Amino acid sequence: MAESVSSDASTDGAEGETRRDFLYLAAGAMGVAAVAGIAWPLFDQMNPSADVLALASAEIDLSPIELGQRVTAKWRGKPVFIDHRGPEVIEKARDVEVEDLPDPEPDAARVQKPEWLILVGICTHLGCVPFGQKDSDPRGDYGGWFCPCHGSHYDTSGRIRKGPAPRNLEVPEYIFLDDTTIRIG
Amino acid sequence: MGFANSQNKIIRWVEYRLPVLKWLDAQLIDYPTPKNLNYWWNFGSLAGVMLVVQIVTGIVLAMHYMPHGDYAFDSVEHIMRDVSWGWLLRYLHSNGGSMFFAVVYIHIFRGLYYGSYKAPREILWWFGLIILFLMMMTAFLGYVLPWGQMSFWAATVITSMFSAIPWVGDELVVWLWGGYSVDSPTLTRFYSLHYLFPFLIVGVVFVHLWALHVHGSNSPLGIDIKRPDQDKIPFHPYYTVKDLFGMMVMFFILAVFVFYLPNMLGEVINYEKANPLVTPPHIVPEWYFLPFYAILRAVPDKLGGVIAMGASISIFFVLPWLDVSKVRSAKFRPIYRQFFWIFLGDCIVLGIVGANPPEGTWLLMGRLATAYYFLHLLVIIPLIGKFEKPRPVPEGIGEPVLKDAGAPAKEG
Repeated sequence: MAESVSSDASTDGAEGETRRDFLYLAAGAMGVAAVAGIAWPLFDQMNPSADVLALASAEIDLSPIELGQRVTAKWRGKPVFIDHRGPEVIEKARDVEVEDLPDPEPDAARVQKPEWLILVGICTHLGCVPFGQKDSDPRGDYGGWFCPCHGSHYDTSGRIRKGPAPRNLEVPEYIFLDDTTIRIG
Repeated sequence: MGFANSQNKIIRWVEYRLPVLKWLDAQLIDYPTPKNLNYWWNFGSLAGVMLVVQIVTGIVLAMHYMPHGDYAFDSVEHIMRDVSWGWLLRYLHSNGGSMFFAVVYIHIFRGLYYGSYKAPREILWWFGLIILFLMMMTAFLGYVLPWGQMSFWAATVITSMFSAIPWVGDELVVWLWGGYSVDSPTLTRFYSLHYLFPFLIVGVVFVHLWALHVHGSNSPLGIDIKRPDQDKIPFHPYYTVKDLFGMMVMFFILAVFVFYLPNMLGEVINYEKANPLVTPPHIVPEWYFLPFYAILRAVPDKLGGVIAMGASISIFFVLPWLDVSKVRSAKFRPIYRQFFWIFLGDCIVLGIVGANPPEGTWLLMGRLATAYYFLHLLVIIPLIGKFEKPRPVPEGIGEPVLKDAGAPAKEG
């Protein structure tokens, strides 16, 4: 036995070693590729399915919303705040020193038409839905929205003014299909 | 060989407290295994692999499935059409069930041929049979979940068997159903149990392996190994590599079904939503239940049929005592070997009969095959054990070769 091993080594030499190493590596690489190939479907199946992706945009008719009224719509399972703002509310939103805000952004950059403010109604702190959609709700110190979870105050442009939230309420992507209809997403 | 001897400080720290690597070395790396195992010995590890495949694909399917009469069927279609890779995962799971049974049946017939159920492996054999029972229950429960026509009527027929039990049968069936027919409550509890049972199987598999590792694998010669030094080799790398190769072949076959024949083993009518008012004209179970289904229908009495079907598997628990021959392997049992193949053929005939309507020639064949099934196990096997003259059995695995070659020291 010992003789045959040593004679193998002397005839094949270092070449025999590299050939075996190559086979190990090639087989191992194929094994890794196979495992990765089956691991990906197991992982990817948890991503949004085709029917969820198909509901990624929503059309909303604005015509029944009266001046001064706030309405909540649903888009991708999230609340969308629609605020039909009157002139004095718009004026209040514009009358701030933008540089002094925690997340500086002028009101004009947050609306397409000043009387329609469209926001994702989710507090940028930890995801609660702020109060302020009903007239009877607390609206915080700045007349916009107030988040009950950790006390963030948003103004009439949905910008963070006081409290732990880091950013302004998000403005979703939307377009006006006509004067009174929007499509979100 | 072995990781447990590592000088790494962290490994040594853990090993001192929980010698998990030492245990793995003993059970998977150094574990002494007969050196002459043939490819029929691959099927135990293949069954283990299929159990893992079924559990993994099942867990992800459960993320998308709805166990409710109004939603189950649609949620399966949702998996097939909308969920990313859902078609692949479901076809792997449904065909994986068939692959699991195929592998396990080969594993069992391997044991029958080489006498793996004989002393000292009776308890190992029992736990294998318990695994088979649990697998059959799991497969039946799972088959109901898609809530197609065949699912619904399989559930109705199988649960109605319990109504054959005297006195309490009807109440028992209502209890199983959670109502007065198979309906949403039945489906929801079946889902719960279908999720539970595979983990019970995992537990029993560990006991099965524990019992296996006490006396080690049987071998094609079926002899007690007296010289492990010359007749046994470490499990790794010899059998890890051999099992890996077998696994690749199995996955290749599974892939052929999953990608090219995904519905070949299923019934088309199960893509029709469950309808409690219309029974499909021809009710058949999945292929792996067909022989038992044939036995059920062969007996012209409701209770008798159910008892015969139960007995067809339960009888294997006492097989180690029905077969009184001391020689394990059919290699040295000229008569038993022939009857083994006849019995295998009988099981296949039962399977074919089970797939056909119970009338005319089919019914007659079913009855004859059923009679032979029990005749083989209860009469023929004990008689062969008593009267057969086995061929001489070698002392060891290496012994005949080494003897022929002269002195054992001269090698190579």
